[in-house]
Amino acid sequence: MSATSTALRRKRAATAGFHLGAGTLAVLWLLPILLVLVTSLRSFDDIAAHGLGSWPHSFTLDNFGQAWNDGGQQRALINSLLVTVPCVLVTLALAAMAAFALSRYELPFRRSLLLLMLGGNLLPPQILLIPVSKLSELMGIYDTLPALIGVQIGFGVGFYVFVLHGFMRAIPAEIQQAAVVDGAGPWQIFWRIILPLTRPALAALSALSFTWIFNDLLWAITVLRSDTKMPITAALIGLQGQYVSMWNVIAAGSVIAAAPTVAVFLRFQRHFVAGLNLGAVK
Amino acid sequence: MAVLTAPHQKPPVPTPSRGGRGRGPRRTPPLVLAFVLVPLLAEALWVFWPAAQGFYLALTQWDGVSTPQFVGLDNFREMAGDEVFRSAAGHTVLWLVLFGGLSALLGLAAALLLQQERRGVGFYRAALFLPVVFSLVATALVWQAIYQPDGVLNQLLESVGLGSLRHAWLADQDTALYAVIVPALWRQIGYVMVLYLAGLKGIDPALYEAAKVDGAGAWQRFRHVTLPQLRSVNAVVLSVIVIDSLRSFDVVWSLTRGGPYHSSELLSTYMYSTAFQSLRLGYGSALAVVIFVLAFGVICSYLVRAFREAD
Repeated sequence: MSATSTALRRKRAATAGFHLGAGTLAVLWLLPILLVLVTSLRSFDDIAAHGLGSWPHSFTLDNFGQAWNDGGQQRALINSLLVTVPCVLVTLALAAMAAFALSRYELPFRRSLLLLMLGGNLLPPQILLIPVSKLSELMGIYDTLPALIGVQIGFGVGFYVFVLHGFMRAIPAEIQQAAVVDGAGPWQIFWRIILPLTRPALAALSALSFTWIFNDLLWAITVLRSDTKMPITAALIGLQGQYVSMWNVIAAGSVIAAAPTVAVFLRFQRHFVAGLNLGAVK
Repeated sequence: MAVLTAPHQKPPVPTPSRGGRGRGPRRTPPLVLAFVLVPLLAEALWVFWPAAQGFYLALTQWDGVSTPQFVGLDNFREMAGDEVFRSAAGHTVLWLVLFGGLSALLGLAAALLLQQERRGVGFYRAALFLPVVFSLVATALVWQAIYQPDGVLNQLLESVGLGSLRHAWLADQDTALYAVIVPALWRQIGYVMVLYLAGLKGIDPALYEAAKVDGAGAWQRFRHVTLPQLRSVNAVVLSVIVIDSLRSFDVVWSLTRGGPYHSSELLSTYMYSTAFQSLRLGYGSALAVVIFVLAFGVICSYLVRAFREAD
């Protein structure tokens, strides 16, 4: 009787200890986010008078308007979406096609092709920056969104081919054979059978690639020049220069820049985590 | 393998069956060929061709306007005497060790803490993971505010009586690099944690039971069951970390641009500013080649593992 009660008490203490430890960690992690949210709601005069680190003495939503209109965030966000959405769709479509061909047909050099494509994605981008910027000049698309879309697709596709290949390979051959008997061609097999079965992986990769492409800075500042073309990440750096030490506006800009990916994360959390693990070669 | 198809159609092959049937030339449906070739061409245009050019440009001197001049290995010879290059390379190694090592250790620690499914654990995991979805630029700006002379960090130090440590963290050559690593860590740890959580989930609980029966303590169970079982995840984490470290650019660029006086310069930022601000494209390409060489070992081991996987 007393033994079970000590055991119970010890278990309770362990639970309390866990929540204390994990809770502290979580608060520590969320604190910077909370701070930027609070700062984005303070007025400039408040920050100037009391300092960045003080408790808020004001509440205003004007900062968001300022970042959105005068800071060019609206245009930047539209640019970001104009790049990200087509990139995700086209990259995954191309990757699914290549993965289908490489995993379901006995093509010559299929393994080498697969690794070649993955290898391209693993290259440090630095080796590509200069030639890619010159290439886009040569093609007459330097400083246009299609250049950014092109390089994002080309650079990203190899990784998704590899992940989807692993996924499609696991689909039993019998399913496909049955379809072949029924007279289905490659397109029908791809579109009607393999693609629907790959949906979980595609969902996971969409969530993942959306944030990756949306958050990119390096490719954007490599192939774009004009402020009006820049996506939200680069615009945020611009904002930093434009509103030096106006932390209320910079914080509001950061919140705007982070909102879309946070929304995707909260909505597709499960897919997101699954995607990260899919990406890791097991 | 049973061949159920008409002769002009190929049977699907889920696993490579070498020598199972004749290896004579088989006709692949043209559509299937196109399925491979279109993505491959896209990658060739934007990756393979530029990469080849990048290696060639490393052997040239080029201002981006006139034609590149071939100079052999001169760029690499210049590096030997380039003070900034040497410190950037040192910082990159330090970054690899500190950013990489700490994110692996703390990510594993967080995963161990949060591995058990229990009430509230979903919230804690989400809290640690949330920064992963932020862009590094947004992350950098958040921390830049924290580091300001009148920011939270200094305020906090003051309030606990350590006011003498107040500091312009990003403007001081001695602290800039470390001040840049912290935000990068804040964002990376949740990512590594997710990888380890999946790895821990894959360990057979029976192993722990057996170890317990044999009288193994918590540390011994960790040392002799958990760690060996995590070997493949460790390999993944290592590749991710090395590749990410060498790619690290955004966070440094938005916080310090590599300054003050190159004190937080990494090879990646030095390469970018050399190429696109000093317009020394040949030397910049040579720096990129150095980054490639550093990443090469990891890329190869990653590909070897992928190769086995794809078998």
